[in-house]
Formats: sequence, C-alpha cells, structure tokens
Amino acid sequence: MITIKNLQRKWKEFNLKDINLTIEKGEYFVILGPTAAGKTLLLELIAGFYIPDAGEIWIHGDNVTTMTPEDREVGFVYQDYGLFPHFTVEGNIEYGLKIKKIPKDKINKESQAMMDLLGITYLKDRYPTTLSGGEKQKTAIGRALMLNPHILLLDEPLSALDARTKAGLQDELKKIHNESDITIIHVTHDQTEAMIMADRIGIMMGGEIVQTGTTHEIFNTPKNRMIADFVGTENVLEGHISKKIDGLTIVDIGSSEIFAISDLEIGSKVHAFIRPEDIIISKELQETSARNNLETKIKKIIHLGAIVRMELDNELVAFTTKQSAEELELNIDEHIYASFKTTAVHIVGR
Amino acid sequence: MVLHEYLKMVLSGKSLYRMAHNERFGMYLKTIKNVMKKLKKDRFLLLFFFSGFLLVAFVFVTLGDMFYRQSGDISALISAAKDSTILTAIWISISAASVSALIAFIFGVPLAYILARKDFAFKSVIEGIIDIPIMIPHVVAGIALYGVFMRSGIIGAPFGKIGVVFVDAFPGIVAAMLFMSLPYLVDTAREGFKTVDPRLENVSRSLGASQWTTFRRITFPLASPSIFNGCILCWARGVSEFSAVLIIAYFPKSAPVLIYDLFTMYGLTSSRPASILLVSICLVIFIILRASKHGERR
Repeated sequence: MITIKNLQRKWKEFNLKDINLTIEKGEYFVILGPTAAGKTLLLELIAGFYIPDAGEIWIHGDNVTTMTPEDREVGFVYQDYGLFPHFTVEGNIEYGLKIKKIPKDKINKESQAMMDLLGITYLKDRYPTTLSGGEKQKTAIGRALMLNPHILLLDEPLSALDARTKAGLQDELKKIHNESDITIIHVTHDQTEAMIMADRIGIMMGGEIVQTGTTHEIFNTPKNRMIADFVGTENVLEGHISKKIDGLTIVDIGSSEIFAISDLEIGSKVHAFIRPEDIIISKELQETSARNNLETKIKKIIHLGAIVRMELDNELVAFTTKQSAEELELNIDEHIYASFKTTAVHIVGR
Repeated sequence: MVLHEYLKMVLSGKSLYRMAHNERFGMYLKTIKNVMKKLKKDRFLLLFFFSGFLLVAFVFVTLGDMFYRQSGDISALISAAKDSTILTAIWISISAASVSALIAFIFGVPLAYILARKDFAFKSVIEGIIDIPIMIPHVVAGIALYGVFMRSGIIGAPFGKIGVVFVDAFPGIVAAMLFMSLPYLVDTAREGFKTVDPRLENVSRSLGASQWTTFRRITFPLASPSIFNGCILCWARGVSEFSAVLIIAYFPKSAPVLIYDLFTMYGLTSSRPASILLVSICLVIFIILRASKHGERR
C-alpha cells in the first residue's frame, strides 16, 4: 500500500499542494489531469527523485520520504522512454541486474525471458535511436520490470504512440498487472486511457488531487464543474431545485425542467451534469424508463468515426453510434426528442 | 582532359567553339552550372559559405605561407628537428600542457557537472570567475600567477615547504597553462552535461544505481564527446600559452618562449623552423586525438 500524507513541494513557480492519497497494494491507479497539473512531479516524488518540502510517503509500511531512489524498489517509465542511448535494447534491459551484480548467466536468462515476454527479442542488439515508439516503450517497461519492483510508476507512457500501438501496449500493461501483484501508478491526460486502464482514478488539477474514485464515480459523478469539464461531461446545465416529487428532484433549467435525484434542498442553485453518451435521440416520443424527454432540434452533426456527435438546439450535446444515426436518418434542423434517465443526471450545488 | 590542356587550347588559338563541343568539357560546365544554379537559389547558404571560407582561408594562408617560405630551406628544418634545445622545449610544452589538462579534467569535470545540473546562489559569479582567464591579457594573468606562486606567495610558500617550486620551474609552467586553459574544459564539459537528460539519471537511480554509479555509467559516457573536446581545447590552449608562462617560468624554456627568444635574437629565419616543428607536432597529435574520437563514435 502507498500512503501519501500532506505532501507538498515547490518547483520553480509551481506548487504541489497538500496531496493525500492512499493506493492499495496491487491496484492500477491512474492519475488523470491536464498538462501542468503536477502529475509528473508527484510521480517523481514517489520515486524519490526529489525530497518533498513537507509531508510523508509510505510504501508498504515503511516511511520512504527521505529514502534514495535506489533503495525504494520502484520502477519508473517516462513518457519519452528514458532509454540509455549508448546501450542496446539488451543493455538497457539488463542495466538494473548488472548494477545489482547478479551473475552473468542469470542476467542473460532473465533478460531473455523479459524480451520474450514483451516480444522484443529480435531487437536485442539494436540501439534506441533505431527503434519505433512502441518498441522503445516496450524496452523501457521491460527494463523497469526486470528488478521485480513493488511499484511501477508510468509517466504518460502511451501518449506518444499511435492508436494501434497504444491499444497493444494497453493490453500488455493490463496483462502484466493481472499476472503479478505489482502496484501501478499511471499518469495520463487522456480520459479514455484512464477509463480503460484504471481500477481507480485520481483527478489532479493545479497541484491538487481534487477527486478520487472508481472510473464510474469519476466520469458520472464529478465533484464540480471544473472536473466535469475535464472528464468530458459536456452537458453542464445551470438551474435551481424547484420541487421534490415522489423522491425525485425537479431542476428548473430555464427553458425546461429536468428530473434528477439529489439530497439538496428546494431553492438550491445547482449544476446538472449529463454525459453526452447518456442521452438517447429519437424522432418520436418513446415509452421508456427515461423520465426526461426534451423536445428539441438538431443544430449540428459531426461524424467521429464510429460515433456521431450532435449539438442540439437546447445547448445539449449527445452522442450516438454511426449505425443508430443512419437508421434514424437524422438531419440538421430535424425535430427530435433527447431522453435521459434521472440517474444520468448528476446534481452538484454551485 | 584537364584544365591546363584547355588553357593550352585557348592559348594555341583553338576556337572556343571546339572547346564547347568537347564532351568532357561540356560535362564540367554542366556540373559547375548546376552548382551555381543551386547556390543562386540558396543565396543564404552562399553567403554563409563565403564568409566561412574567408575565415578558413585566413588561417590556412597564414600558416601555409610559413610552410611555403620554409620549403626553400629544408636543411634548416632538419637541423631544427635534430636540435636538442628545440626538442626539449617542445617536449616541455607538450608534457606541461598534458599535466595541466589532466588537472583541469580532474577538478573541472565535477565543477562542470555541478554548474550544469544545479541552480544555486552566486552560480553566475562562479561561472564568471571561471571565464576570467579568457578575458584578461595573458601578461596580466602571468603577473597575478607570479604573485601567488612565488616563494613567498599564498600558494608558493606552503608548496615551497614541501619542496615544490613554481618560479622558473616546470610546475610554474603547468600552473600558468592550467590558469589560462581551464575555462575551455569547464565550459565545454558543462555544455556537454547539459545535453544529457537528467531523467536518464533518474531512471538509472530507480534501477538501483547510486549517484556515483549513475554518473560513471550514464552521465559521463554520454557527455564524454564534449568533455573530450574540452580536454583537447584545454591541452591546445596550454601548449600555445606564452605570456603567462614567460613571466612565471622563463626557465625551463617552453617552445613558445624559445621561439620568441630565437625570433628576437636571430630573426625570422632562425625562429621559423622551430615554429614549423611545433605546429607540425601539435597538428599530428590533434589529428590523432580527433581520429581516435571518431573511431570511438563508430
């Protein structure tokens, strides 16, 4: 288990503010945040590259706050791989074992096994400058895993890769995680990547961890508007709670009223968050369990491959699949119904 | 057919028409035309090429002229090569420069690393102090060195007690060379260390390597081309040092001091062979060092 208590660190003009975080042993934890949120600095503090100004870092019951990086048994992979350019792939993979002065035949055996596992044996005599991004990243991951670290820290490990290589490496990382009890902390700014990889997510903004939770909690119940914007909850409606009927909360958003579930009192000013993928588009009013059915018009249609994004007249944004859009024969200026369940609306006081 | 044959053709009155219809001549013309066309397109490159060429020509013509003038009197050059006084002076210069480069390496590399990696108060002051020898007149440096290294000087006195004398002695030459050449090593090595991504050091440490092992196995090898360059520059600057050496250690005579003596006492004819010998030996050492560096890279 990794416990971070009141961690603070000043870095030039940037401040890491009072970070408190607990990550369970064997967990795949993703720190998700925009650029310059302090994600890499937090990871580097956990690795021991810097000493914090205040606070403590505990790894598996030991206070490692002032421990040197070489004594922490933490693997680290940077976004740009950090491969040693003067060593071959094999030299990079074997580096940690050579430092530990392991017998040569054992090193050879273990590095061979690692290269086989990652499918990079054919690259063993190549230098990093001759490798593709995916090959470099596999080498960097293999090198970090060679010492069987308790914790693997990944700093934007997939962001410089093309979509196909990225998907392959995501599978590879998941496999490595599932087959061992290693704790992985993965930093990214990519919400899709976070959704795919994480057991739990921590949202980091402006040097603070602003929310932690499961993927579902983070993406469906963001704590505030800033987080909602960042995690892609494009529909943020402003209103106030006007009524409570049969345990349901009615939110007046000006142009209409929407049904939601909330503990906030009548009269409270609120934000209502609705994810675009939770809105169902239909031409006729459907008999469904969705309590919210708003009549509107399509303002704009954008094709995003398998997904179609629709901007509606009532300022809502909805996603539908390409197939559904074709079946419904949706066109601009067409009258439609935007339906969503009460559970799809997340209410936060403002 | 080469150029002088064409000139012969012109001089012998053969027509330009015939020349223009000669196949090889046409080919040369075409190549020149293509190059001119490319250069015309890239006036920027042409300007830079021309200005650079002037500098190279300046060095080449100056030294080339010296070699050319001596080529008429090879026997004097051979005599100089056999003259033990000249050979000893050259040896003193080369060995003192090597010792000073070694000292600069031992103390300068750690300093260069600190300057490249750390920000601290008065860092720019330290960088300025290191670069002072580049700025001040060498004779001034010599006077300053004499002050501290003479028998009653702040450094000379304690060393004198253990039998190390600087004034008019080999250590004095080394001290003068070190003072004048250390900025070249420190500055070049610092820039070299700056090119090594500190994150490589972080990764190395996360793989169990101590700070020292990381420096030895990662940082130093990656910065070594610059450090090597710095050493060569430092050594070369040491060999060529004259004024500072002249003031602190006129004896034993190093090559530049001896050459100056020969020039003032006997003129150009006597000093030129020794100069050519010094330049030639240094050039050979330079070429060998550069070649070994390239070989290492390959």
